[in-house]
Amino acid sequence: MKILVTVKEVAEAADDFEIEGTDIGEQYLEYDLNEWDDYAVEAAVQLSETYDDVEVVSATIGPERAEETIRMALAKGVDRSIRVWDDDVAAADLDVAAKTRLFAAVVEEEDPDLVLSGVQAADDGFGATGVSLADEIGFDWAAVVNDLETEDDLSMAHVHRELEGGIEELTDVDFPAVLTIQTGLNEPRYASLRGIRQAQSKEIAEFGLADLGLDADAVASPISRTGMYEPETESDATYLDGAADEQAGQLADVLREKGVVSE
Amino acid sequence: MSDVLAVADHRRGAVRDVSFEIVRAGRELADDLDGDLHLAVIAGDVDAFADRLSLAGVDAIHTVEAGEEFNHDLYAGATAALFEELAPTAVLMPNSVNGLDYAPAVANRLDLPLVADAVDLAYDDGLEATREMYGSKVETTVEVSEEPFAVTVRGGEWAALEERADVPVEAFEYEFDESASGARVQGFEEVGAGDVDIADAEFLVSVGRGIEEEENLELIEELVEVTGATMSSSRPIVDNGWLPKNRQVGQSGKQVTPDVYLAIGISGAVQHVAGMKGAETIIAINTDPNAPIFDIADYGIVGDLFDVVPALIEEFE
Ligand SMILES: Cc1cc2nc3c(=O)[nH]c(=O)nc-3n(C[C@H](O)[C@H](O)[C@H](O)COP(=O)(O)OP(=O)(O)OC[C@H]3O[C@@H](n4cnc5c(N)ncnc54)[C@H](O)[C@@H]3O)c2cc1C
Repeated sequence: MKILVTVKEVAEAADDFEIEGTDIGEQYLEYDLNEWDDYAVEAAVQLSETYDDVEVVSATIGPERAEETIRMALAKGVDRSIRVWDDDVAAADLDVAAKTRLFAAVVEEEDPDLVLSGVQAADDGFGATGVSLADEIGFDWAAVVNDLETEDDLSMAHVHRELEGGIEELTDVDFPAVLTIQTGLNEPRYASLRGIRQAQSKEIAEFGLADLGLDADAVASPISRTGMYEPETESDATYLDGAADEQAGQLADVLREKGVVSE
Repeated sequence: MSDVLAVADHRRGAVRDVSFEIVRAGRELADDLDGDLHLAVIAGDVDAFADRLSLAGVDAIHTVEAGEEFNHDLYAGATAALFEELAPTAVLMPNSVNGLDYAPAVANRLDLPLVADAVDLAYDDGLEATREMYGSKVETTVEVSEEPFAVTVRGGEWAALEERADVPVEAFEYEFDESASGARVQGFEEVGAGDVDIADAEFLVSVGRGIEEEENLELIEELVEVTGATMSSSRPIVDNGWLPKNRQVGQSGKQVTPDVYLAIGISGAVQHVAGMKGAETIIAINTDPNAPIFDIADYGIVGDLFDVVPALIEEFE
């Protein structure tokens, strides 16, 4: 069996940041493996440890910088990686449809039995690529999976989909399938020193559009970001200022006044 | 005509709140487009749901009688078939967990640009949608240069439309056999039962990822002890296994409405806020002055929890 995991390197904004144009200034961004994808990687690696002959391949759309994050996934047990990038991809404002076309081309190339993605990317939060991809490649799917059990012949999975308000939906999904993985599904491991060493010699194959049989039309998008701003705060919060003990003193007064502290 | 097709959300026999909100969002967009608002009601007791959703501003309700509960193949297939029939300019779907399971498939199948998790929509020569990024720290505007288009709308952003009216209801024929679907719903499970019901507490001390390490939870436990509060948390604390699921506040956890909610090291992500915005008084302690939790707080402390919490414990010892 082959499992493809989509892995995104996401940006997190520093506490104090400034917006430059339609994005946060590069110097205020820190990059890391997307939290949801970390759980997807772990799920894939656990399956490869449970069953014989499971290969785990990760796929990333991202610049060279993303290789650091990809190495992290390799160190956690991914066997090899694919990174999709070239000048046309770099210049594009990738929407869900464009990402779907890129990953669909990777799926065509790799022919996996199972694709795992995160529920959403922490930075732009569209939460749509996994299901869109499933529809495109004709796989079955389940979104927001927080419990995963596979049949031993790997023909299907019994999953829980985490709905709102503490309700989970129990669903059977036939393979080949795309599952979008929710945090809490497992306990993502830390990369071991040995894993980090091994990752150095694992392959990260680079694909441009032409390598995937695509051209620049594949990344053309009718959606463009035209503005970014800090939300006007509707906050009428009273700030408790001063040193920590002064802040704590004022907070204690508020709590006493509200009558919620039993002393 | 430039119509809008919106899709209602329901679960286990009840219409979900977001359905009343999507009707408002759809009505406003249809007004901008000078078109009609069509509402699709799919699966379950569609006649009862159609009756609940007979709201002023809806021009037609289309019921798809097939299956009892949500199934994404049914929802995606029926929505796409209705789209072909009605040829609307916009398809609005909820950004609920079920929305996440079918809306992207609808957009892909119909080759529509998709804007997910919109918090505001405006139309003037093209769609301009507002959405958040970077954990709600910023808002962005996106423009869509193609029509038709698909949008998923965030719950809680539009006021529910409640005013009732007589709306024509038409049955829409769509053949569906769930047993032939590659994803089959087997049932539901309620999770998060346990020793304490945080929904009953009048004072919640809620801890988030800012606590960093499991050992540090002792500090919060001490605060809970001296104040007589009940401890709850954001999701990562439960994901890490540091607290049981019944302590989680938010979209997939509990909805709480205590007299006082003290959020310690919680950023205020939308899925968290969904569970606690009804608290009477919200107090936040966070090092990041831009943390979105301050937008809904009544009292804010910009500071390090490892300094403030010990000092607060001392106040009550
Ligand atoms: C489908 C879905 C459902 C979800 N359901 C839920 C849900 O039910 N409940 C929920 O909570 N989340 C839920 N989430 C996750 C949510 O998106 C956020 O990831 C989560 O709420 C973040 O938790 P947090 O605020 O504790 O962590 P973070 O966002 O990492 O915030 C930590 C905060 O701590 C602050 N901090 C750090 N150090 C200190 C310090 N020393 N002193 C003071 N402050 C400090 C930081 O400034 C930051 O603001 C869901 C997500 C999805 C996609």
